[in-house]
Amino acid sequence: MTHQASPTSSDPERTLGEILEHCNDLRLGPIPPADALPAGYTGTFGHFPVYFPEEIVHAAGLLPVNVLGGGNKLELRHADAHMGSFICSICRSTAELGLAGALEGLTGFVTHPICDAAKHLGGIWARNFPEQLAQILYLPQNPNTPGAVRFTAAEYQRLRGDVERKIGRTIDDAALSRSIRIYNLNRSLLRELYEIRRTEPWKIGCTEAYLLVRARTRMPAEEHNRMLEEALAAIRGRKGAAQDKPRVVFVGGFCEQPPLEVLEAVDDTCYVVDDDLLVGLRWLTADVPEEGDPIWALAESFVERSAASPVQHDERKTKEGYLMDMVRTSRADAVIVTAAKFCEPGLDEQVAWSKHLDTVGVRHLVLEFEEKMTSFEQMTMQLETFAESLLFSIS
Amino acid sequence: MTRAASESTASIAAGEFSAHQEGQRLFKNWYAGLEQAKARGEKVANVFVMGNAVEILRAFDFQLVFPEINSLQMGVRKVSEEFLREAEDYGYSPDVCSYVKADVGLILREQKHPAGLIPSADIAIVSNMCSTFIKWGEIWERMLGTPTFVLDLPGQRGPRWQVRPGDAQHLTDARWVEQQLRDLIERCERITGKRFDMDRLAAVEDRVNRMVAHWNEVIALNRASPAPFNAMLDGLTYIGIMNVYRGTEEGVDFMRCLEEQMRAKVARGEGRVAEERYRLLFSGTPCYVSMRRLVELFESWGGVFAYSDYLTFAAGGMDAGELVYDTSRPLESLAEVTALAAQRGLSNQFFAHERLEEQISDFAVDGIVFHGIKSCRFVSSGMADTRNYLNERLRIPSLYIESDLIDPRYWSDAQIKNRVDAFFESLQQRGAGGAEAPRPGPRREEERR
Repeated sequence: MTHQASPTSSDPERTLGEILEHCNDLRLGPIPPADALPAGYTGTFGHFPVYFPEEIVHAAGLLPVNVLGGGNKLELRHADAHMGSFICSICRSTAELGLAGALEGLTGFVTHPICDAAKHLGGIWARNFPEQLAQILYLPQNPNTPGAVRFTAAEYQRLRGDVERKIGRTIDDAALSRSIRIYNLNRSLLRELYEIRRTEPWKIGCTEAYLLVRARTRMPAEEHNRMLEEALAAIRGRKGAAQDKPRVVFVGGFCEQPPLEVLEAVDDTCYVVDDDLLVGLRWLTADVPEEGDPIWALAESFVERSAASPVQHDERKTKEGYLMDMVRTSRADAVIVTAAKFCEPGLDEQVAWSKHLDTVGVRHLVLEFEEKMTSFEQMTMQLETFAESLLFSIS
Repeated sequence: MTRAASESTASIAAGEFSAHQEGQRLFKNWYAGLEQAKARGEKVANVFVMGNAVEILRAFDFQLVFPEINSLQMGVRKVSEEFLREAEDYGYSPDVCSYVKADVGLILREQKHPAGLIPSADIAIVSNMCSTFIKWGEIWERMLGTPTFVLDLPGQRGPRWQVRPGDAQHLTDARWVEQQLRDLIERCERITGKRFDMDRLAAVEDRVNRMVAHWNEVIALNRASPAPFNAMLDGLTYIGIMNVYRGTEEGVDFMRCLEEQMRAKVARGEGRVAEERYRLLFSGTPCYVSMRRLVELFESWGGVFAYSDYLTFAAGGMDAGELVYDTSRPLESLAEVTALAAQRGLSNQFFAHERLEEQISDFAVDGIVFHGIKSCRFVSSGMADTRNYLNERLRIPSLYIESDLIDPRYWSDAQIKNRVDAFFESLQQRGAGGAEAPRPGPRREEERR
């Protein structure tokens, strides 16, 4: 699973091309089996979007695997009998992956109170895969009451204890602190990647950046760091001038992932200068303190220095407020407001966002996607029309 | 005692207690109270049926709006579709919770509900027990400027989750809930201009304790065969009172009379249906636009819903055992009980097989009916899987039907009737429902406890 491109390659396009190909292979490939894990890892640990404190299982020598559904190549053979047709695709295809045996090597699978369908995955896991540690991690939906950090730390500590019991060894503070340092570097590199997208979006497209970020769902963070460093050097070395494309923010990809074809269609017509794709992997917005109690540091970072999404309530961050911050800091001309079909929080937010953007006079396009969709002509046409109208109004 | 309570007692003293009529009267009074709230200078709170801190709000004399009940009432009154269409025209997807959309329709109609004018709230309490509650609260924040307080209740984390009162996990969760309740109290003080009165909270809790004690007995009485009430018809009135009148003398009176009535029916051997042939468990929520029709489809075969998990989670989870407030330490106890109720009576919906296994035995049912709700992921997402699991483990006959809470466009009468009929035919073939039909015996009382 190690990327083989040479860090000293003088051709940034070639280097980047090889890295992206590797990332795409990881996206399409299976969860690594136990005998293919890098040295120091004894197993894999699955978690559902949005955010999961990967450091805790990483410190246990388990590879954190963010389970993001089955994409549009997976045929549902089992899930229909286990989840209703009116449940979102990512939950159904995640169940399918499990029922088809594609996740059987996981030590555990943790979901979160982001929505009710996601919480039900905890029960589905418990009933069908009793050998795995199936849990709901209760990340607080009220981070505003004093005591939220203490509760979050207690919940992390509980998870730590449950993982320790499952694998039969302890997760010590030193290992946790080491993991935090590795992930801090990862957070810093991802911030850099997004900064390039805001300042020089012609150097890295949305699809490319997405593939680079998503690779962390299948590789250790330390390896991802090395790959990102290499990729960032190549991105900076890229030649090419800005094209006449509108700058847009893309939202709605916080949980279910749009097919890659959707992102490619957006790239064809717009510069995506910020997005919420895989925001859970970028959830903590600053370095986690590397001194002191590592569990407390993770909890405090979750409550005090974290991103925002439609599935996290926080009085300090209204949904309209954080979207407008994204628009302002990325100097976007417009917003593409998407939602996954059957996603209650996403569909609710889509209404609120589009009404707000109407009110403040920011141009936007409303799209609904589904991870399993395979026809993109209509969406492509909508995007082209939108981009053309934006260019016309901007000029 | 309030005027309403005096009336209630008077009507009950006449010895003609009709739960249905008394329920209707109490609901009418509640809506009338809401309509007059603003004129009387009363503060108003929006709350949900799960995880709502009603005890604290009552101690501050808030008038309580239950938006879920407003929405379902639109269904019962057969007007929900027009509110739903209005919300869809506004921009909401057909896939969004129909309760939410009906409420958006209500807001767009300036809160003019068929039962009366609904006052805008001064605060909304939303819990994470149903994630849509939070999104719903955010809609009020935007459309009505209602301040929202999210009461974050740590739920059941995994299978076979054993939390006992006073153990370390319970105390951790209760401490978090208590901190939030203290935060909520401060906000209520600012909104009402009143100082929080711990004695008033204790008095409310005492009434809740009495109400819940009667409620638990009412539910337990339906273990008798024949069952004295239908959980999915009569039970809907009862849980409505459990919610709207929780912590009031009217609520205590209603539940006391109900228990007496049910006890008398059981003593007489009087069942809900003339000839009870099949005892059933209903998992999920009703389709309120067709609730009588749904029950009729089953009762016409002699099938009665002896229990429904709806009676637990939609009544605040208070029948989940050991949930009695210690009124000598009201706030701490409220936090402790709320944390336990969240896990035993609400969020265990996500691990529903565990509770259903017990209830199949407790209520000696012949089969389970799962009602998948197209726009409610809280109820429906794990239902088909739970059904598979129970079928494999217990070989219990089950039926899965689909419609919606209040969207009549998803009620397909002929299709549902066909499925119900086929279900009963299969039950007949299995030998259930006859005099000699084998039935699992109810667990002994000591086992249950």
